[in-house]
Amino acid sequence: MKLNRIGYYIKEGLTGLVKHGFMSFASVFIIVACLLIMGSFSLLALNVNAIIKDFEDENVVLAFIDEDIPEQQARALESQILSVPNVASAEFISREEAYESFISKSEEKYADLDASVLRHRFAVYLDDVALTAQTQQDLRNIPGVAEITANLSIARGIVTVRNVVSAVSMVLVVILLIISFFIMSNTIKLATVDRREEIGIMKVVGATNAFIRWPFVLEGFILGIAGALIAFVALWALYTFIAGEIVKNYTSTLFSIIPFSSVQIPILVIFLVIGFAVGVLGSSFAIKNYLKV
Amino acid sequence: MVQFVNVFKAYENGIKALKDVSFTLEDGEFAFLVGPSGSGKSTIIKLITGEIMPTAGKVSVNGFDLDTIKRRKLPKLRRTVGVIFQDFRLIENKSVYENVAFAMRIVGASNKEIKQRVPYVLGLVGLESKEKFKPNELSGGEQQRVAVARALINNPTLIIADEPTGNLDPARSLEILMLLEKINELGTTMLVVTHEKDVVNQFSKRVIAIDGGKVLSDGLGGYYGYEA
Repeated sequence: MKLNRIGYYIKEGLTGLVKHGFMSFASVFIIVACLLIMGSFSLLALNVNAIIKDFEDENVVLAFIDEDIPEQQARALESQILSVPNVASAEFISREEAYESFISKSEEKYADLDASVLRHRFAVYLDDVALTAQTQQDLRNIPGVAEITANLSIARGIVTVRNVVSAVSMVLVVILLIISFFIMSNTIKLATVDRREEIGIMKVVGATNAFIRWPFVLEGFILGIAGALIAFVALWALYTFIAGEIVKNYTSTLFSIIPFSSVQIPILVIFLVIGFAVGVLGSSFAIKNYLKV
Repeated sequence: MVQFVNVFKAYENGIKALKDVSFTLEDGEFAFLVGPSGSGKSTIIKLITGEIMPTAGKVSVNGFDLDTIKRRKLPKLRRTVGVIFQDFRLIENKSVYENVAFAMRIVGASNKEIKQRVPYVLGLVGLESKEKFKPNELSGGEQQRVAVARALINNPTLIIADEPTGNLDPARSLEILMLLEKINELGTTMLVVTHEKDVVNQFSKRVIAIDGGKVLSDGLGGYYGYEA
């Protein structure tokens, strides 16, 4: 691209923006609205995932070892347990440790029980609770493992919540992206209709398609990036406010909220990429028909 | 040079606009292309500017073969052809200077080149004092002069004037044609498309008469072969 043309493209692009002020405002507004909804649901999904992760960390599968196997041999099963797919870690709990834990949590009436009534066991932590049933089966197949207890209903519940949030987020993201794209495309199409005479003259005089396209693409680019930046600031303010309110009103430690600062860079980058793509692709799509002659 | 060899053009709606048209316009030549509405004049212009392609036959313009040209090469062809329209087709919100400079900017001229050449060409068409005017502040004849300046600005080999006097009174029409004649004398090939008998008769130039998509006559010295 020749340098003296860049000035021309910028001037023409900005002129288009000002000239179609209302539509420019409308398309920025739509991009902001779409990104804001998209961002809100993504943040919600992130928080749900974080909460699920906490549940996952607490959701332990217990693998009871055959009572005839002595402690040393039972401990040796750790490597086999760890080799099972989806097992994140495993912690050996001897029958004595289990007994002490049980007694400390129970009423005194069980105090005369002997530790020998309990089995050695492994507390097994999983990577993905959605695969609990399969992992349970795999663990059961290890020789020496007598029984497995896992809370499948909690696992299933967690997975359902995650899947619903993810699916809703994905569908919303796709729908909103399509809406943004068409609104942007229409804004630029309006600009091209307004200037079709000029475009026709440009073609006759020998303008290349690139020369005609650039001011419109630049217009779309500016609208897209402006929308992305405004949406980012709005999301930041909204999220910080809502997070503050939740922390203030629900001081319980049931769940923690992801701080915005930990996700701001990826969100900004994603917003800018979407703004750029919607702006540039939308305007390129709008101008396409005018470049055929 | 423009060369049409046995050119046929049929549109998608079935209309056969050209039926076996052949003629050659040598470099530096001045010719009128005459014929009534619907005779095929506009189709010939569109073929020369690469807006449409021939159905059969060979069209060659300034060394470009239109029947085989690639779409991305069309801007290069168009830069060798200046076009003047009946309705001027000026950009309303740009000044006279900008309307002309715009055509230079499109072909990638530098600001320095634009500043040098635009005043020169505006002087050539007699509009040096109207650089800052907008098209709607000019008379029809002046607007057509701006269009002539724009067609001329990139030093094209060929200029096609499509009914350049259609919106002008007889005196202004004569002025514009004399201007086109002057430009032709400077070496630019000129094809003036018109259906105005009086205009053609004032000049002793080659006349290609077309009707019903066929060349009726092609010769020097007057408006013949076709009667309006």
